[in-house]
Amino acid sequence: MTETLTGAQITVRLLERQGIRTVAGIPGGAILPIYDALGQSTAIHHVLARHEQGAGFMAQGMARVSGQPAVCLASSGPGATNLLTAIADAKLDSIPLVAITGQVPRAMIGTDAFQEVDTYGLTIPITKHNFLVSSAEELLEVIPCAFRIAASGRPGPVLVDIPKDVQTQAIEIAEWPEPGRALPAPAADAALIEQAAAMINAAQRPILYLGGGVVHSGAAPAAVDLAEKANLPTVMTLMALGAMPVDHPLSLGMLGMHGARYTNLALDECDLLIAVGARFDDRATGKVAAFCSKAKIIHIDIDPAELDKIKTAHIGITADVSNALHQLLPAVAENDRKNWVDRITALQAEFPFQMPGADDPRSHFGLIRTVAACLDNDAIVATDVGQHQMWVAQAYPLRRPRQWLTSGGLGTMGFGVPAAIGAALAEPQRTVVCFTGDGSILMNIQELVTAAEENINVKIVLMDNASLGLVHQQQTLFYGERLFASQFKASPDFIKVALGFGIAAVDLDTAANPCAALMEAIARPGPCLIHASIDAEQKVYPMVPPGAANRDMIGA
Amino acid sequence: MNAINRNELDALNRAVLEIDVNNHPGVMSHVIGLFSRRTYNVEGILCLPVGDGRQSRIWLLVNEDRRLPQMIKQAEKLEDVIAVRRHNANHAVFSELESFFQA
Repeated sequence: MTETLTGAQITVRLLERQGIRTVAGIPGGAILPIYDALGQSTAIHHVLARHEQGAGFMAQGMARVSGQPAVCLASSGPGATNLLTAIADAKLDSIPLVAITGQVPRAMIGTDAFQEVDTYGLTIPITKHNFLVSSAEELLEVIPCAFRIAASGRPGPVLVDIPKDVQTQAIEIAEWPEPGRALPAPAADAALIEQAAAMINAAQRPILYLGGGVVHSGAAPAAVDLAEKANLPTVMTLMALGAMPVDHPLSLGMLGMHGARYTNLALDECDLLIAVGARFDDRATGKVAAFCSKAKIIHIDIDPAELDKIKTAHIGITADVSNALHQLLPAVAENDRKNWVDRITALQAEFPFQMPGADDPRSHFGLIRTVAACLDNDAIVATDVGQHQMWVAQAYPLRRPRQWLTSGGLGTMGFGVPAAIGAALAEPQRTVVCFTGDGSILMNIQELVTAAEENINVKIVLMDNASLGLVHQQQTLFYGERLFASQFKASPDFIKVALGFGIAAVDLDTAANPCAALMEAIARPGPCLIHASIDAEQKVYPMVPPGAANRDMIGA
Repeated sequence: MNAINRNELDALNRAVLEIDVNNHPGVMSHVIGLFSRRTYNVEGILCLPVGDGRQSRIWLLVNEDRRLPQMIKQAEKLEDVIAVRRHNANHAVFSELESFFQA
């Protein structure tokens, strides 16, 4: 039996068949047929963002907590260009996203039509793949394919640009394609796994270096098992935080620019670096030539282009890291590695991480620790970008993969609030905390009303220093204290702003008991903004100056 | 002292890539974009359909550069790229075209 459906109806049906239950977007002229069809769907809940970038980050929030591709929608022209930042952000952090944009009718493409922009051309460098759909029939191939590509191998964003007349074109459908699913990754080369195991068994001072790929592939338990079996001290990138609980005895926490001194110094001494799902990002390595300069390198990644890109590996293994770790585990010998573990303990004692003010909820670290004390490991922690992000990365006891949502590669201010909304939409049973700054929150503040509309359980902790904190810090440290364009001369009344957008607000500055006020705000269901002023002179320390070796940290 | 003639210099400094791709609008942008966004100049481009026209073959003449292995890996990741083969710069595909490119 055949059905006659339009391209728009086909698109919506294919999304339903993919199991998509929530999408975020904003309608506009060129995507109205799809919105008309979406309005008829009883399976899909549409979240109306207030800016397309917000819709893109909401989809990212859904994808980051679920590991499954999530969908955002925008119209042509400015709708599409507003999505670009969120798509580029997903590309750099390998987040599976399917962005669907409306386009002007095929006959008008190339005529500078109203709200026409070359969405396909614009998104080539920031997507894993993209499509400009040329017929309704093609949708049957393209939509499942977009999901397959987004989820397979190294995940990433895929854009599907659909001209308006393709959306309205009606065709007969006799048979539906299978939903697009991640293809299995090729298994790791057994001989290379043997060699890697032998290298680990022979190493005196190995370090396990976990990246975001460990989270993406669901390999965190296997990574912890490997670390425990062979007593491998373990560092994590910003993207991998939570893969190993930070208070695990083998955890050295985050490495790199704002890692603890003992972490970077341990890396400097290691004789074997086992990089798993990590890409040797410059914020992690510092000056590359000086990064683990005494170490041999085993590099396991699902993306062959990451091997030897920054550092040449002694053993490079292309594989899904979960599979590779499971293959590696039986071949790696148990080893108490007492000398190395003792050396690490000594480094931790001599160069501890300093967390001044951790007991004072009016200080930056104290605020973060107090928020953490109000929550358990089920909570989701999102951040924006800046000083607050690094402090949370340093101080929040992250203990679970997919607990942590942060814009790592692109470092996009404005990520936090919409990503937290997306996370709360995908996992409504959890409390979502979003740490943000006064600079970052203003970049997507309009989504507060979306949070109110959806009545989601998001607690926004606004660390307000009336500055662009990391810019302020760099100008202070590296530009002769010439502060320029980093201090806000005017700041909004964020409490009134939050109330104006329709969400609850608490000001810790005026609270008699900030701990009690915080606890109450977090315990109360629904969206809430928690405002706390912090000292603009505080720095993120330790810090590796840009271009320096990781061993040459300054501060604390 | 032996002078190195132009052809020898090219052979030392250049490489030819043979790239099999799907033939539809945008594929060339995907491939060339990998180079342009890394400020990696492409010295020569040749592209024609092969067989029934569903696929094309792109020939690129590029400078030998330490980034070339990474470029090949990136090209291999593109959805519309089927295969990438690397040749020396003295490959006939460009040298036989020289008569069309006299200044």
